[in-house]
Amino acid sequence: MRYDVAVIGGGVIGCAIARELSRYRLRAVVIERECEVGLGTSKANSGIIHAGHHGAAGTLKGELEWRGNQMWDALADDLHFGFKRVGDLTCAFDEDQRATLRQIMEQGKRRGVPGLELWGPERIRREEPHLSHDIVEALYAPTAGVVNPYEACFMLAESAVRNGVDLALERTVRGIRRSEKGFEIEVVAGVVAHDARDGDDATPELIKARFVVDAAGLHADAIADMVDAGGFHIRARKGEEYLLDKRLVGYVKRIVFPCPTPTSKGILVIPTYDGTLMVGPTATWTDKDDLATTAEGSAEVFEGARKLAPGISEKDCIAEFAGLRAVSDTEEFILGPSRVAGFVLAAGMQSPALTAAPAVATVVLDALRDDGLELVARDDFEPGVPAPVRFAELSYAEQRSLVARDPAYARLVCRCEIVTEGEVRDAIERGARTLDGIKFRTRAGMGRCQGGFCTWGCMELLHEQLDIPLTAVTKRGGDSYVAIPRLEGAA
Amino acid sequence: MSDDRQDADREAAADREMVGARVDNDANVSHYLCIGCPLGCRLEVEEEQGEIVEIRGQSCKKGEVFARQEHTDPRRVVTTTVAVAGGLWPRLPVKTEGDVPKAAIIDVCRMLHGLRLEAPVTIGQVIAADVLGTGVDVVASRDLPRA
Amino acid sequence: MITPKPAHLQPRYDVVVVGGGPAGLAAAVGARESGAERVLVIDREPEAGGILQQCIHPGFGLHHFGEELTGPEYAQRAIEQTVEREVDVLSSAYVLDVASDRRLKVTSRDHGVAYLDAGAVVLAMGARERTRGAIRIPGERPAGVMTAGFAQKLVNLGGMLPGRRAVILGSGDIGLIMARRLVLEGVEVEGVYELMPHANGLNRNIVQCLHDYDIPLHLSTTVVRIDGRERVERVTVAPVDASYRPDMTKARDIPCDTLLVSIGLIPDNELAHRLGLRLDPVTTGPVVTSTMETTRDGVFACGNVVHIHDLVDYVSQESMLAGRGAGAYAIGTPTPPDNVRLTPGENVRYCVPPTITTDREHTVYMRVTKPMAPCTLHLGDVYKRPLRYVFPGEMVTLKVRPRFLEGFHGGSLPVSIVPREEGGSA
Repeated sequence: MRYDVAVIGGGVIGCAIARELSRYRLRAVVIERECEVGLGTSKANSGIIHAGHHGAAGTLKGELEWRGNQMWDALADDLHFGFKRVGDLTCAFDEDQRATLRQIMEQGKRRGVPGLELWGPERIRREEPHLSHDIVEALYAPTAGVVNPYEACFMLAESAVRNGVDLALERTVRGIRRSEKGFEIEVVAGVVAHDARDGDDATPELIKARFVVDAAGLHADAIADMVDAGGFHIRARKGEEYLLDKRLVGYVKRIVFPCPTPTSKGILVIPTYDGTLMVGPTATWTDKDDLATTAEGSAEVFEGARKLAPGISEKDCIAEFAGLRAVSDTEEFILGPSRVAGFVLAAGMQSPALTAAPAVATVVLDALRDDGLELVARDDFEPGVPAPVRFAELSYAEQRSLVARDPAYARLVCRCEIVTEGEVRDAIERGARTLDGIKFRTRAGMGRCQGGFCTWGCMELLHEQLDIPLTAVTKRGGDSYVAIPRLEGAA
Repeated sequence: MSDDRQDADREAAADREMVGARVDNDANVSHYLCIGCPLGCRLEVEEEQGEIVEIRGQSCKKGEVFARQEHTDPRRVVTTTVAVAGGLWPRLPVKTEGDVPKAAIIDVCRMLHGLRLEAPVTIGQVIAADVLGTGVDVVASRDLPRA
Repeated sequence: MITPKPAHLQPRYDVVVVGGGPAGLAAAVGARESGAERVLVIDREPEAGGILQQCIHPGFGLHHFGEELTGPEYAQRAIEQTVEREVDVLSSAYVLDVASDRRLKVTSRDHGVAYLDAGAVVLAMGARERTRGAIRIPGERPAGVMTAGFAQKLVNLGGMLPGRRAVILGSGDIGLIMARRLVLEGVEVEGVYELMPHANGLNRNIVQCLHDYDIPLHLSTTVVRIDGRERVERVTVAPVDASYRPDMTKARDIPCDTLLVSIGLIPDNELAHRLGLRLDPVTTGPVVTSTMETTRDGVFACGNVVHIHDLVDYVSQESMLAGRGAGAYAIGTPTPPDNVRLTPGENVRYCVPPTITTDREHTVYMRVTKPMAPCTLHLGDVYKRPLRYVFPGEMVTLKVRPRFLEGFHGGSLPVSIVPREEGGSA
């Protein structure tokens, strides 16, 4: 298969790039090793669209954070994922920190970030009654937002596909050869180590493309090294996050930050788009395959969260996860042309990469154009995707007409998050092939019972719609089966 | 370490080792946990040349009766599910209509797991009469209508 | 057992019961008995009976039906009782909301999204299981970690197995029952691990689920880590000290592909929150009167949604009372309000109901904080009863008769359970 552009990596960066590419008359493919897009770091982060003032002046991260921030409304309008500008507060506990707030505020103002204000204790208490009384001042930034990052990935990818981009899922890149027409990318099925050379692999496939974009996250260095376009290292810095029971919806209305230190933004209290409160993340160097949450991480997160909002308790925890930041040696984005013509890098994409993603995509396209890719706009480009049905958010009248159209929307599958059979069927039609795929598209399984009730219903629907046995249903592809068949003649 | 802590630790260690009936090597003593009431008396049955010579540890008559029964002829009610086609669920819960020898549990289940029934099934319907010659029937635990 | 589908949904019922498990079914019977004409039970599963349909083991019904039954047998009896009394049962339906004026919003394939009015409502939604996330076991998040109840459904209703080699965390009855169930289905059960220094389930289950199959029970030990990228590959267990802190120097890895967690039940109180009912912080269920009425007029509650039970027979008993209360309310029969508060005293964690009257007989359910044997239950100074034993895992019931309170003129009575000298006078 021959393409103009192959994007390696289907995280939010790769999906944003794919969506940009789909505006133009060219053939593009996204190569992703998991069974769905967005299942790597892109689904395991804080989901914050940063306000634009935290990024240091004169840095690529800082510049693209603000540029990217301004692009999210248009994206959300077109693509219907959850996005809301809730604003953020950066909190100072002493005089030194108050000085830092002023410095950050100036930085933001110079960049053009609007609405920055300093709040005194009275205003803080009025607006956010559950925050610590030890906070002496806070910097309010209305431009900060929260997004469901996995939803953004799905919708970006769906839009790209609608406009002609191919998705090569469950393919791991094993080698890249330069050819006279560009690049030949060797892929094998499933998630395997990039340097694995087992004899029993399926016949490797060859994907040919004139240009390649390396958006491979944690493995961007290994990918770039395949054509000697690298010369950088990506290390993994793990962040653990903890999700709290929905009874705390509204406990804080804005994203709450402590004062940043040189190494970390600190432990935050985040009102996610769906209202669930999330606390975290930690920041610890680790291996690229270490996604474990830890007792120490949990202690650090709850201690940090309580500093900001003393009423937060482990008792309210319903779930936890860990994500790995892809960190370059310089801590900066590695973005733009590489030393190999036609091979563009979008690596080192740690915070604020989610925020910057739409802007990163335009930078990548500029680099491709500079490298010789002709960008001719499609006249049939469809910017939008059909808005997914969210039964729980509809009015009674809307629910009734929806149900009249299709009674599957009247049968509840997930009671914690109020998700109907119709929505789960839609998710499967739109690409969900696993329980996590359904979860991240519909929220079924994210609630306080953590799938205790809805897993059964989702299994039945996957079984019916994909025509697979119940025992073939997986949590997230590969070997993550839920159940196995009875052993014959057991006991 | 305080005395209370030491006691708790010792008790915990003993509990950890309590794995059910076991026979001490120096005397023919078997241990049972009484299920008659939540007191859970630790019962001991001492045997000599195949005869019970003493039962110890019980706080009531029920315990003594239980120990004797468990030692000489332990019996259990067995419940499991049987494959059924065309029903609301693919499995039918069944039970033995009385207790059967404990030693027969695995074989009873193996036999039942080889059966294939057809819906509809009525509660109380005999699925396997006189199962493995125990004199006890296996019956359906519910109505299972056609799907 | 499938109940006949109601042909139409009426716009108004005397009593609507939310939940068709043993609690809801008994409440419906109680409502009919007290004279309510139109009674509707709404249940989210394809058939009523609640969790009993997957509890295929015996041990139910000795008190309520006078014989020992399996879960499905008990469920069938309870369903038959409602059918006999012409109670409507709407299955595969979900109550999205209950407003304070007792207007319910119900959704179902058969009837779409509809509003119903109720003279009285009974909340009987039961409980959900505590999950791994609630106790934050560190490690990865592979498939193969599930609650014991979910595994029970996979096996008993789905005819599937959760895996090939399982570790069970929690020695409550559900975990013990599943240990046996898995062995009988050919799954290897490596062991049952319990954080506390004592087992939580009935001794009957310790013997018949663990001892019978040589499954070790490790007390004062918990799971400290789960590993596995896609599916569980191993869990790590470690002993804990008196403050439940794990001693990682004694940690042990157990290769396995399945971890069942059986770590407690939580009343399912979404609707109670929406209704703004006052909740008891100890039970985490709604505060109820002696007729099981909550803090909202005409809204009653019963079963696991009020407090976690261990014997379904008591659930049925308590729920019939709630149903009678709801029925009486719906047809306009006033009930005298409670006039005596029961305050939990020594060794009593809570009482349900927390208030009673001097004019009727009441069954009070309570749970103790710690085991005691032998002991005496004291109802203030007006009544006492010797007990052979009390255990946190076994609910204690007390029948309070009006004659106990004849000379009593106060507003509140402490309920306490204190140790008794062996052979001492009652």
